[in-house]
Amino acid sequence: MTTLLYDGSFEGLLTAVFEVFEYKYTEVDIVSFSNYHQENIFAQVHEVVTDVAKSERVLNKIKINLGSEGISRLLLVYFSEKPVAEKLVLSAVRHSLRNPGKNILQDFGNDDILDIAKICKSVGREIHRMHAFVRFEKLQDEVFFSKIEPDFNVLPLILKHFKNRYQDQKWMIFDLKRHYGIFYDMNEVDFFYPDEIPTKDFRKTENLLHEEEVAYQKLWQRYFFKTNIPERKNLKLHHQSLPKRYWKYLTEKY
Amino acid sequence: MNFERIKEKLEILADAAKYDVSCSSSGGNRKNKNGGLGDSHSTGICHSYTEDGRCVSLLKILLTNHCIYDCAYCVSRKSNDIKRAAFTVEEVVDLTVNFYRRNYIEGLFLSSGIFKDADTTMERLVRIAKKLRTEHKFNGYIHLKSIPGASDEIMKEAGLYADRLSINIEIPTEKGLKLLAPDKSHSEMIKPMGFVKNELILYKEEKKIFRKVPKFAPAGQSTQMIVGATDETDLKIIKVADHFYQNFNLKRVYYSGYVPMLEDARLPSIHSQVPMLRENRLYQADWLMRFYGFQANEILEKSNPFLDLEVDPKLAWALRNRERFPVNINTATKEMILRIPGVGTKSTNKILMARRFQNLNLDHLKKMGVAVNRAKFFVEFESHNIFTKYIDDQNFRKIILNGMKSKFANPFSEQLTLF
Repeated sequence: MTTLLYDGSFEGLLTAVFEVFEYKYTEVDIVSFSNYHQENIFAQVHEVVTDVAKSERVLNKIKINLGSEGISRLLLVYFSEKPVAEKLVLSAVRHSLRNPGKNILQDFGNDDILDIAKICKSVGREIHRMHAFVRFEKLQDEVFFSKIEPDFNVLPLILKHFKNRYQDQKWMIFDLKRHYGIFYDMNEVDFFYPDEIPTKDFRKTENLLHEEEVAYQKLWQRYFFKTNIPERKNLKLHHQSLPKRYWKYLTEKY
Repeated sequence: MNFERIKEKLEILADAAKYDVSCSSSGGNRKNKNGGLGDSHSTGICHSYTEDGRCVSLLKILLTNHCIYDCAYCVSRKSNDIKRAAFTVEEVVDLTVNFYRRNYIEGLFLSSGIFKDADTTMERLVRIAKKLRTEHKFNGYIHLKSIPGASDEIMKEAGLYADRLSINIEIPTEKGLKLLAPDKSHSEMIKPMGFVKNELILYKEEKKIFRKVPKFAPAGQSTQMIVGATDETDLKIIKVADHFYQNFNLKRVYYSGYVPMLEDARLPSIHSQVPMLRENRLYQADWLMRFYGFQANEILEKSNPFLDLEVDPKLAWALRNRERFPVNINTATKEMILRIPGVGTKSTNKILMARRFQNLNLDHLKKMGVAVNRAKFFVEFESHNIFTKYIDDQNFRKIILNGMKSKFANPFSEQLTLF
């Protein structure tokens, strides 16, 4: 058993995958530094130094065998931050090398591939939910600000959607759970890591709101209330489509 | 802006618009190439869900609930004593833009009571769409209601700014319509629908020849029928829906279970239940026609013109056509796999892909997400399937129903729950 330690980046993960083949390891466990807590006394530890040349080679191979669709699926698995993510990426690459010319991501009879499909589905669903449930508040400085706590690390994956959509207003989406955000300044979108500012400062926005903000929030809440048909009440469906953990930041459900 | 007054209007005009069930924002393809506001997804986005479980995708309001018509099924009918209100063009535009900027909505769904003649009303709706598109560079979704009897010129302009146009035929039969809405006729409703259909075809043709043709209602047309206000059968409803899908290229037909809200001798009693289960079955039948390759006459027969409320229409079809089963999941055609009860379109695609790698069995289906409690009786594969022997059993229907009970506690059941 060999434990491969990598730096947590996608390139690092692909470098690790490359080295599994390079060193002909059979029984491996790929773990990022930050998730590595206890040394397995039976395992030999191999530290991976991220090497873009190696990760590119793996990436190219994936692209040839599985297309760019395949790359984005494995990226979704990586961003899921699930403990099995590394194992599944390695398993997919292995399976693909054994079946050149076939799109093994369609082999739904294989348990690992099915797990990948499931993770892609949940991460994809989370992306879709963020497209839907992000709620901007207009601040005094005309920036539209939104806070989120997504189940997976999806900020990098929703960036493009919001960039296309809101081109003529400044906006920021901040992930309170992972303490970073994306900010659009009417020109481009940048990642934003406010290490020195505590998370609680991002939670509290009441004093920063634009003077008309509360009025529009009120209008939206009233609209939401009035568009409901009480005779058709179906709370089960309501909770299923709008899980409670998202309510915290939904203007209409405050 | 006078927010108090706007709030009052919004409450009245959202309340009046809510019985229109359509709220979809799909099919739009406007991209934000002009540095403006908004960008459409072809799949649409539901931004919220109300307590009735319906999705909130668009700001769905009436421009006004003043109406010269007196349709029995409509809350805004002339003789109903309710608060009336009307938005100005600017107010609707401002609400849409400000809601959109906060990511509350995908766009606007604007309908209206007919406050004067058809063209005046339609012209006002079009003016709002035009203002949004031209002055605010708005690329979000706009769904406009076509007003029955509106002229071709104004419908043409509507199509240039809207993504979707719809006109509700409301009552599936002409006879029922005459009873409940004496001032309206199907022919008047169908006229703008026919015009838009022809324009869409024309647009497609032009698009083949010229590279740049102005968009015309890219998300197509839809309509809505009220279910349970008159005595029409499900067969009639499905036939009408099929007729519109075939002859008017409609994107969607919506079915709206009648919500009793007015006392009128021509309508069901005000204490009657909303026929939600029936509505649900009609949607299932609709899906079978649109995505599963079923013909309208396969779903229901003249001798039995109502959908089975106990089992879904696909299972009902399978029960009537047992000789077509079991289906071998490793060799059957896509058409036939789609017809297996419990197998949806997504599972069908998974099965077709996965079976190129290995032979599949029930275990694989289960992991892929197939509802095996139904599917297991209808499939076969290389190893023996103990469940297929029940197909010829006299009590087959009962056996399946028993297996489904636990999971499908019916949310629309009229039986009260104890806790």
